[in-house]
Amino acid sequence: MNLFEQFHRLANIYFVGLAILNFVPVVNAFEPEIALIPICVIMCLTALKDAWEDFRRYQSDRKLNNTPCFIYSRKAKKFIERRWKDVRVGDFVKVICNEIVPADLLLLHTSDPNGVCHIETSNLDGETNLKQRRVMSGVCISDPDFEPESFNSLVVCEKPNNNLNHFKCYAEKPDKEKVGAGIESLLLRGCTVRNTDHAVGFVVYAGHETKSMLNNNGPRYKRSKLERKLNKDVIFCVILLFFMCLNGALGHFLWLQALPTVPPYLVPDSNGHLDSPGLSSFYMFFTMIILLQVLIPISLYVSIELVKIGQIFFITNDIDLYDEATDSRIQCKALNITEDLGQIEYIFSDKTGTLTENKMVFRRCSIMGTEYPHKENAVRLAVLEESEAEENVLFNKRPQPVKPRWSLDTEDTNFEDRQHQHGSHRKSKVAGNAQSNVAFSSPLETEVIPDRKLLQRISRAESSSRSSRSGSSSSQNIDPYLDFFLSLAICNTVVVSMATAQRQRVNGFSHSLQSNNPMDPLSNMPKKSGYFSNIFTSWQRKPNRNRTISEDSVVEGDIFNLPEIMEEPGDINGLRRCSLYAPTNSDKPATTSDNLSYEAESPDEAALVYAAKAYGFTLLARTPDSVTVRLPSGEDLVFEVLDTLTFDSFRKRMSILVRDPITKKYVLYTKGADYAIMELLGTPYAENLRGIQKKIAADTQHHLDCYAKDGLRTLCFTKKVVSDKEYKSWFVNRQRALAAIENREQLVMDTAVQLETNLCLLGATGIEDRLQESVPDTIMALREAGIQVWVLTGDKLETAVNIGYACRLLEDEDLVINMSCKNKLTCTSIVDCALQEVRRYNEDPRNVDTTPDISLVIDGLTLNMALSSDLQDRFVELAKHCRSVLCCRVTPLQKSSVVKVVREKLKVMTLAVGDGANDVNMIQAADIGIGISGQEGMQAVMASDFAISRFKHLKKLLLVHGHWCYTRLANMIIYFFYKNVAYVNLLFWYQFFCGFSGTTMIDYWLMIFFNLFFTSAPPIMFGIMDRDISAEILLGVPELYRTGQGEGEYKFSTFWVNMLDAFYQSLACFFIPYLAYQGSDIDIFSFGTPLNTISLFTILLHLSIEIKAWTAVHLIIIGGSVVLYFVVTLAYSAVCVTCNPPSNPYWILPRQMADPMFYLLCLITTVVALLPRYTFHVLRNSIAPSPLVQAKHLDQLDPSTRSEYIKEWRSFRGGGQVKSSRLSTPPSPTLETPVGMYPQSPTVSDIMGDEFTLNVISENYQRHLHL
Amino acid sequence: MMASSYNAKDEDGHITVTGPGGGTLRSKKPENTAFKQQRLPAWQPILTAGTVLPAFFIIGLIFIPIGIGLYVTSNNIKEFEVDYTGVDMSSPCFNCSQNFSWNSTTPCTCTIPFFLEQPYESNVFMYYGLSNFYQNHRRYVKSRDDSQLNGDMTSLKEPSKECEPYAYHDNKPIAPCGAIANSMFNDTLELFYNDPNGTKVQIPLTNIGIAWWTDKHVKFKNPGAGEANQNLTAVFQGTTKPLNWRRPVYELDAAANNNGFINEDFIVWMRTAALPTFRKLYRIIKSPSNGMMPTMPRGNYTLEVVYNYPVRSFEGRKRMILSTISWMGGKNPFLGIAYITVGSVCFFLGVVLLIIHHKCGNRNNSADISN
Repeated sequence: MNLFEQFHRLANIYFVGLAILNFVPVVNAFEPEIALIPICVIMCLTALKDAWEDFRRYQSDRKLNNTPCFIYSRKAKKFIERRWKDVRVGDFVKVICNEIVPADLLLLHTSDPNGVCHIETSNLDGETNLKQRRVMSGVCISDPDFEPESFNSLVVCEKPNNNLNHFKCYAEKPDKEKVGAGIESLLLRGCTVRNTDHAVGFVVYAGHETKSMLNNNGPRYKRSKLERKLNKDVIFCVILLFFMCLNGALGHFLWLQALPTVPPYLVPDSNGHLDSPGLSSFYMFFTMIILLQVLIPISLYVSIELVKIGQIFFITNDIDLYDEATDSRIQCKALNITEDLGQIEYIFSDKTGTLTENKMVFRRCSIMGTEYPHKENAVRLAVLEESEAEENVLFNKRPQPVKPRWSLDTEDTNFEDRQHQHGSHRKSKVAGNAQSNVAFSSPLETEVIPDRKLLQRISRAESSSRSSRSGSSSSQNIDPYLDFFLSLAICNTVVVSMATAQRQRVNGFSHSLQSNNPMDPLSNMPKKSGYFSNIFTSWQRKPNRNRTISEDSVVEGDIFNLPEIMEEPGDINGLRRCSLYAPTNSDKPATTSDNLSYEAESPDEAALVYAAKAYGFTLLARTPDSVTVRLPSGEDLVFEVLDTLTFDSFRKRMSILVRDPITKKYVLYTKGADYAIMELLGTPYAENLRGIQKKIAADTQHHLDCYAKDGLRTLCFTKKVVSDKEYKSWFVNRQRALAAIENREQLVMDTAVQLETNLCLLGATGIEDRLQESVPDTIMALREAGIQVWVLTGDKLETAVNIGYACRLLEDEDLVINMSCKNKLTCTSIVDCALQEVRRYNEDPRNVDTTPDISLVIDGLTLNMALSSDLQDRFVELAKHCRSVLCCRVTPLQKSSVVKVVREKLKVMTLAVGDGANDVNMIQAADIGIGISGQEGMQAVMASDFAISRFKHLKKLLLVHGHWCYTRLANMIIYFFYKNVAYVNLLFWYQFFCGFSGTTMIDYWLMIFFNLFFTSAPPIMFGIMDRDISAEILLGVPELYRTGQGEGEYKFSTFWVNMLDAFYQSLACFFIPYLAYQGSDIDIFSFGTPLNTISLFTILLHLSIEIKAWTAVHLIIIGGSVVLYFVVTLAYSAVCVTCNPPSNPYWILPRQMADPMFYLLCLITTVVALLPRYTFHVLRNSIAPSPLVQAKHLDQLDPSTRSEYIKEWRSFRGGGQVKSSRLSTPPSPTLETPVGMYPQSPTVSDIMGDEFTLNVISENYQRHLHL
Repeated sequence: MMASSYNAKDEDGHITVTGPGGGTLRSKKPENTAFKQQRLPAWQPILTAGTVLPAFFIIGLIFIPIGIGLYVTSNNIKEFEVDYTGVDMSSPCFNCSQNFSWNSTTPCTCTIPFFLEQPYESNVFMYYGLSNFYQNHRRYVKSRDDSQLNGDMTSLKEPSKECEPYAYHDNKPIAPCGAIANSMFNDTLELFYNDPNGTKVQIPLTNIGIAWWTDKHVKFKNPGAGEANQNLTAVFQGTTKPLNWRRPVYELDAAANNNGFINEDFIVWMRTAALPTFRKLYRIIKSPSNGMMPTMPRGNYTLEVVYNYPVRSFEGRKRMILSTISWMGGKNPFLGIAYITVGSVCFFLGVVLLIIHHKCGNRNNSADISN
C-alpha cells in the first residue's frame, strides 16, 4: 500500500528479530515463550482487523458473483438464467431494464427500434444522467427477434485496458467486410440499463479484464503529516534505544573487568565455561534490546489505528454534518488522515457546485438586444427562499389537479396513481440525490414565471409567424424570438423521460410509435418483475400505460392558455400569491410537462429547457436523429437532427444542426460562452455586418457584462442558416473526419469550427447559480482560522469576482491585484512589480501590525505562465502575501498544478474541495481531498478522502473535528512516547545496580500486562474522546484553529520536552524507592512491585493532567485500569506459587500492601514525579495562557455571557481589521508607473485585449448577488 | 470495490422503493445522543494558579507532618553494624579472610568485640550484610528450580535446565540445585554479652520466623512432605549436595521443622536481594519475657564468627547488623527527609503561586479574552 504498510513490514521484521533473539540462549532476557506474547497480541489484533475486512470483501464478492444474468445457451437455443461468474468472453448476454451489466458487452441488439440503449454509469463515474449506446451497425439486422445464432461475424477488439471512454474493435463478417465499432456500442460492466426493455450484447471482456475492474485501483492510503513526523521520532527512539543498549553493553564490560576473580554470583554456562567480558558484553547488547524493546512504540501504530477509527466514528455521527435534504452523512473514505484536518493552511475550492448550489435557475435573458429582467421570477425565488417550509404545502397540493384528469381514464387505478404521485414527490424530497433528475424536476427550482413583456412579445411573434407561415410557406426567417426559444429547447443534450416513470421508456410519447407497441412494456413486465420483485416496477407498470393513454387526451384537449397567466394581477401581492400557488393555478399548460422529466448532463441545460418550457416551447422527445418540440400553439415540430457538435472545453460551445421541418432549411443552433461566440458573429467589425446586428451584439455584450457582474452564468445563443451546398460540402468533410483513424478528435473539432462561423446572434441568457447556505460565513470563519482560501473556477473573470465578493472571499476594502496578460514577458514583469508592491506594502510601517488584505485575481492563461518553472517561485511568493486568490478560467489540470505548486513550494497542508469531475485532479493532488456530493455526479466523491454534502460542513469539519482530531492524536502520540520511555527507563536504571546484566525487577507477566492492559485503554480513550475546547467555542472563535497549523502542537521540541520529562519521572520513580530501600533486606520482586505500582499511578496521573475534559467514560476507564491492575496482580501473586520461574511473584504484592511503607512510597514518588509537569502547566496557564486556555476559560462561563465574550473577542479583532483596511484603502501610487492601472472593473476588452493589465480594484464593489 | 458500490446503490434503491409503499424510511441521520455528539457532561479543570493553590498547600500540610513522623520514627530505631570482613591487617578476621576457598576443611573462627552504647529494647533483629554481592545478576537470579524447592519429586531427580551448571554433579542431581543455593551464606555468627562482672553470656538467637510465612509454608516444601514420619535422609537419597556446601541439605538443622528445603536460613538466602548491597535476617533476639530488662543492655559484646564465606573474590564486605525495627521497617531517614522536603517545596510553590495569582489572576479573570 504505502509507507505505512512498509513500516508495518519493518515492524514485523523488528518483531521477528526480537523473537529470534529471545530464542538465542546466551542473549535472552525473558522466557522465550513469554516474550512472544506482546508480539502475538499485536499481530492478532492486526490479523483480526484484516480478516474482518477480507471477510466483508469476500461476502460482497460472493454476492456479486452469484447475481443472476441471462446467457444464451446454444443447446437450449434461448437465454437461460446463469450467474455472473459464468459469463465468458464470447457469450451472448441479455440484460433487462434496471439490471446491471455483468461484463463489457458489445451491443448487438436492443428492444428499441432505433437500436439505442440507455445506460446509467453512476457505478462507474457517478454520473447519473442517461447515456445512449447504439447497436453496432451493420452486423445484425435489427429485427424484433434477435437470434444470436445468426451472428456469424468475427469480433476483433483491442487488448483490455482501463480507459473507460475509449474502445476499438471491428467485426469481420463472413464476406470479409469489416465493420468498426467504438465506445458508443459498448455496455460497460457495472452500468445499469435504463429506459430499455432489454439489450443483447456479445461479451468482449469479462471478469477482471473489464474496463471497470481495470479501473479499480483499490482504496487509497495517505499518510498524514503527523504520522510522517511520528516516524521521525520513532527513529529517534531507535537511536535512543541503540545508545541505551550500548551503554548497557559497555557497562557490563567495565563491570566484568573490575571483578578481580570469578565471584560466586557469576554463573558460567552449562559446561562451566565463562565468556570473556568482551563477548558477554556483546551478547548483553542484544539482551538489552530485548529488555528495552518497548521503547520502540510498535503498539502505538495499532493504537493510532484504533483511535482513528474512533475519531471517524464520531465524525460520521456528527448530526451537524448530516444533510437532511439528501439524507447523507459525511463519508470518511480515507481512514488515516483525520488529524490532517486540523492542520490545513490552504483551501482550494471549486466554485460551481461547491460554493454554489449548482442548481441552475433561469434568471434573465436578452433577446435581440432587448433585456428581459424576469422580475416576477426573481420575486418568486426570493419568496421561495424565505419560506422553505412552504415546500411541503406545494408538494402536497401538486398532484391534486391531476386527479380529475386521470380519473377520466381509469377509475380503479386512480387512487394508486395519486398515491404514487405523492410518493414520488416525497421521495424526490427525501431521497434527493439518489437520482439526479430530482433536482431539476422539483417544481421550485425549475418553474420559471415568464416575463410578461416577453410573453406578449412571443405570442405576437408567434401569431405573426403563423399567419405568415400559413400565408406563404416560403416566407422569410421566423421571428428571432421564436428562434431563440427554439434554440433553448433544441440546442442541448437533454434526455427526456417521464417525471414519474423516471427511468422508463420514453417513446410512448411519439404518436407514430404508440400504435406499434402499446403492449410492449406490458408484455415485458411479467418477465421483469420476476427478477425485480420490488414494488417499484410493478407500480410503474400501470401508470405507464395510463399515461400513454392520458397523453392522447391531454394532447387533444390541450388548450394553451397562456393568457391566464398574463391576466394575473400584476401587483406584488398577487405575484406572491401566484408564486406560492403557481403550480395549482397556472398548471394547466404545464400539466403535460408534469410528466416530462429532463435529464441533463449539466444543470444549466436543464434550466434552459425548463425556461423554454415556461414560454411554451416544450421539448417533448429527443432521439439521436430527431428532436420534438411543442410550440406554444400546441403544434409539435419534429426537427431532424443532422449532427451534434458536442461541447468541448477548447471551443467552449456546442452546436446542433437540424433541419427545420417547415422551411426544410439546414439550421445550426450554437450556444456557448460569450467570448467564444462573439468572435464568430459574422466577422465582428467587418463591413458586411449590418448595423443592426452590430448594435445587437453590442447591447447583448453590455447585458452579458451586467449579468456577469451580478454573478450570473452567461450563455449566448446564435443561429445560422446553412445553405444546401455548404452543408453538403461540410458533410463530406465531417464524414471523412469521423472515419479518420488517426487524429480523429482533432479533425472532428476542426470540422466543428469550420461550420461555426458567421453566426447570427439571437440572444443571451443569465442563469443563476445560487450560493450555498452560509457560504460567506464559512469562508469568513476559515479565514479567521488562518486558512488561505483559493477559488479555482472555470468561469469567466467577472462572474468569479462577483461570486468572490458575494461569498466574502474578497472584501470591499481589499486591495485586489488583477493579473491577466497574454505573453510571458509581461507576465514576468507583472509578477515582479506586484511582488515588489506587496513587499513594500507589508514593510510600510502603517501596515506592520495588520494583516495584509491583498487579494489576487488571475486568469487561466496568466496562471499558466506564472506557474512556469522560472516564475513559479515569485508567483508563490506573491500568493503567500495574498489573503485570497481567485483563479478563473482554469482547466482541471491547472487546478491540480496550482495545488501541487503551493503544496510543494510553501510546504503547507492543502485541502481541495470540489464536486465535479473537473476537480478530481485537484482533489487527488491535495493533502486532503474533499468531495461534495452534489449535482455533478460522484466522481469527485469517489476520488476524495472525505465526502460532504454542503460547503458549510467544512467549517465544523475543520474547525471542530479537525482541531479535535489533531490535538487528540498529537497528545496521544506524545503521551505514548512518554509512557514507553518512562516505563522502560525504570528497567534501564536498574541495570546500574545489577551489573548491567539485564535483570528485570518486575515480573515479566506484569510487565507485559502493564503495556497491554493496564495502560493501553486510557491513552486510546484519550485519543478518541478528549475535548480540549467545546465545539461552540471552536466555532465561535475560529482563530483557535491556528494552534494546529504549521508545526502545531506536536513539535519537535514538544517531543524532546516530553522525553526529558519521561526521563525525569523514571528517575524519580526509580530512585525514591531505591533510596528508601537501600541497604535493607528487600528482594528483587518486592522491590519491583512498588516500582510497577508507582509508575502505573504516575503514568495514569500524568494522563489525567493532560486530559482536558473529564467525562464518566474517562473516570471509568482510568479507575478501571487501576482496579484491573490491583485485581490482576493480587490474583496472580496469590495463585502463582511456582508457575513462573524465576520471578516467584507469590504473595509479594499482598505483603507489600500490608506494609505502610508501600503507600508512603507511592504517595511521595507520584507527587515528586508529577510536580514539575503540574507546576509547569499551572505557571504557563497563569502567566502566559495560550489562546486555547483562554478559550477554556470562556467555556466555563454560562452560555449567555460566553456568547457575549465571543462577540467581544471577535469585534476586538475585527476592529483591528477595520483599522488596517482604512490604512490600506488609498491605492498606492507606485503601481501606476510600471503598468497601466485601471481603477474600474475589468471589462471584456481588458481580457481580450493584447495588452496586459494589472488592475488594482480599490473602489467599493457594492454589487452583491441577490441572495 | 465495485461490489461495495453496487451494494450502496442497492440500498439506495431500496430506500426509494419502500418509500411510497408506506414503509418506514430508514434515515441515515445520526442519533442525537450526548455520547455520539460528543456532548457528554464533562468536568474541565483548568490548571491555573487560582485553582491549584489549595492543592499545593494541602500537599504541604500533609507531607510535612508525615515527614516529621517518619523521621522521628527512623531516628528512634537503634542500629548497630560491625564489619567483620577482615580486610585490614589489624582486623581479627584478617587471617580467616585470606582463605579464598569454599571447602577448606579447617573452620576458621574469629572474635570481634564491640560495645553497644544504648540498650536495645524489644525484639532485636540480627542481620548479616553483604556488599558488592550481585544477587540480582540475571543469570544468577534464574539459576534455581522452584518446583524442586516446592517438593516436587521429579524436579528433585531432574533439576531444571536453569540450574545448569549446578544441576548435576557426578551424574547425581544436586539438591537444591542452582547457583543461588550453591553460593549460600554459611558463616555462623554467635553473640556473647560480656557481663560487667566478667562472665560471658551467650545471647539466645532464634532462627525460627526469619523467613516469610508464605515461603516457609507454601513455597518451600520438602519432597514428600505429606507423608508421616518422613525421613529426610531417605527422601534426598540419590541426590548430592551443592558443590560449595559442607553438609547436605537434610542436615542443615537438627529440628525437623527447619530442615531440608524449609530451613529458614536457606529460604532467606533464596529470596534474592534487589540490590548489590543488602542485608538478610539471620536471627532474632527475642525480648525477655518479663519485659523489665532490655533485650540487649548497654555494654560490651563479643561476636564470634565461624568464617567460611569467601567475599574477597569480588571485593565484598561482610557485616553483622543489630537493629530494632518499627512499623516502617529498619532505620532509614531518607523517607522522612524526602517527605519534609517535598512538603516544604509544595508549600513554597503554593506561596509563589499565591503571589502569581494575585498579580496575574485578576487580569486572567476579567480580561482574559482581550489578549
